[in-house]
Amino acid sequence: MEKSLEPIVKNLQDKFGATYEEFRDEVHCFVKPEQIVDALITLRDEHRFELLSAQTAVDYYPQTSPRFHVIYQLTSLAQNLSVQLRVPVNGDNPKVPTAANVYKTAVWRERELLDMFGIEFEGHPDPRRILMPEDADGHPLRKDYPLGYEEPQFTFNFDEIDLRKPYAKE
Amino acid sequence: MAQLEEVTIDQYKHLVSERALTGETMLLNMGPQHPSTHGVLRLLLELDGEVVVNCVPDIGFLHTGVEKNMEAKTYQKAEVMTDRLDYMNTMGNNLAYVMAVEKLVDLDVPPRAQALRVILVELQRIASHLVWLGTSGLDLAAMSMFLFCFREREQILDIFELVSGQRMMTTYIRPGGVWRDVPVEFETAVRDFIKIFPKRIDEYEKLLTKNPLFVDRMVDIGYLSKETALSYGVTGPTLRASGVNWDLRKARPYCGYEQYDFEVPVLHEGDTYARYLVRIEELRQSLRIVEQALNKLPMGPVRSDNRKFVPPPRSEIGVSMEALIHHFKLWTEGFQAPKASIYSAIESPRGELGVLLEGDGGPKPMRVHMRTPSFDNLAVLPEIVKGTLVADLVAILASIDIVLGDIDR
Repeated sequence: MEKSLEPIVKNLQDKFGATYEEFRDEVHCFVKPEQIVDALITLRDEHRFELLSAQTAVDYYPQTSPRFHVIYQLTSLAQNLSVQLRVPVNGDNPKVPTAANVYKTAVWRERELLDMFGIEFEGHPDPRRILMPEDADGHPLRKDYPLGYEEPQFTFNFDEIDLRKPYAKE
Repeated sequence: MAQLEEVTIDQYKHLVSERALTGETMLLNMGPQHPSTHGVLRLLLELDGEVVVNCVPDIGFLHTGVEKNMEAKTYQKAEVMTDRLDYMNTMGNNLAYVMAVEKLVDLDVPPRAQALRVILVELQRIASHLVWLGTSGLDLAAMSMFLFCFREREQILDIFELVSGQRMMTTYIRPGGVWRDVPVEFETAVRDFIKIFPKRIDEYEKLLTKNPLFVDRMVDIGYLSKETALSYGVTGPTLRASGVNWDLRKARPYCGYEQYDFEVPVLHEGDTYARYLVRIEELRQSLRIVEQALNKLPMGPVRSDNRKFVPPPRSEIGVSMEALIHHFKLWTEGFQAPKASIYSAIESPRGELGVLLEGDGGPKPMRVHMRTPSFDNLAVLPEIVKGTLVADLVAILASIDIVLGDIDR
């Protein structure tokens, strides 16, 4: 771990009981869902992490607790540092408090996660799907969603195909 | 026909002002088929006369599930999908993904391959900025710019065809190096380009930079403050035009960018004109990098000789049993990457292009997330355009330089 990152990780450990892992100079800190907003505010205000570079998730299906990791990749421009926060979430009814009030970029990124993984962000200002059509079924980036094809619908067979089309086909 | 739900104002209620509900302001669709949305983007505009009150972008028309598809392919084969993300920056996408793979499996790249990567990625940056310059000129009725810019872009695409056989979907940069060494004509082709291009940039500037019609449409239009930009995760030239000196090539050099002498243009105005000037200057700086990299292009291999990850050259397969086995194993099964997660990012023409790659110990990635710069850069648009005229919205949208393939993934 870089020297300048040590006090930051120490602060996260003291305040939020965060654990951390290291791999190829990258630091991943694990935080509980209910503490993530405070952890982000701490990093932004006390340690000058101005940029939420990426926010995404990973699905560890068939493992169920935790099934998902919600990932926050933070960058500090002033100190040229990066740190990653990970929030483990359980598989049934996954919920995380929204980060939209801390970083505005989270508004769209969380809509994407809702769309792709079905992770709900509590207090999100605009919880709609973003990439998939509004009436789509399922959440494509979940591991139990098949990577398949969709039967094309034409005017003459629209209803016939619609009856057997809850999901993409395997 | 199946039941099509009637579109009502209810689903947009929380996004538009109350005046839209009483009919005082007008709701108007711009796109998805609109020449100045630069792709398939739909903007729902709430207009008071000609003034934009609210703007709600609707994206996803080009969603192809690239991230999902990559999970089903081996590490080498998944690279082909990255070309299709940001089709203006194919070399850059290849590089971002390949660097992530190299970081995950800890693979070294020979210096010649590093220098070739720099040359090609910087040429790609010029090509991408030329498309931006041409189309944003077109949006503001400077028709001839489009033709001039595409003339020079074609020259760069010819160089790509020379090295990779493809104009756009190159997949030339591979884990451990590049596909093969460049042909002998490469150097002359790039030198020709270096020779003529500075004059061409002067030509563009003569046409646009001091042109009063163009300047009036750009200056003080679409102001983006530093704080808003950072909060929305805006990166790249758009951020640098708002006064933040952040370029990953300088801040966290990769591929040996620290050896090259170049400047990062930063302006503090934050308006459309500043974004224009920053990109024009980047054209010159990229050309400087290309020239330096070409001058000290080292000789040597262009692919790592770590046979566990990089296929052996064709000549070896005929004489060595091990080479044949490695070749067979790599193209049928692929290589095993550790069960770990890494994030690596490069500076694409639009900003920070990051790849989050998570392996599960097998030959296929468990999760690939492409952090594409256009996504966050577009998210800030509603903030910028509030209170501007519809005609200015076109100029602003052009100035943040989005690519819809990059956004929808």
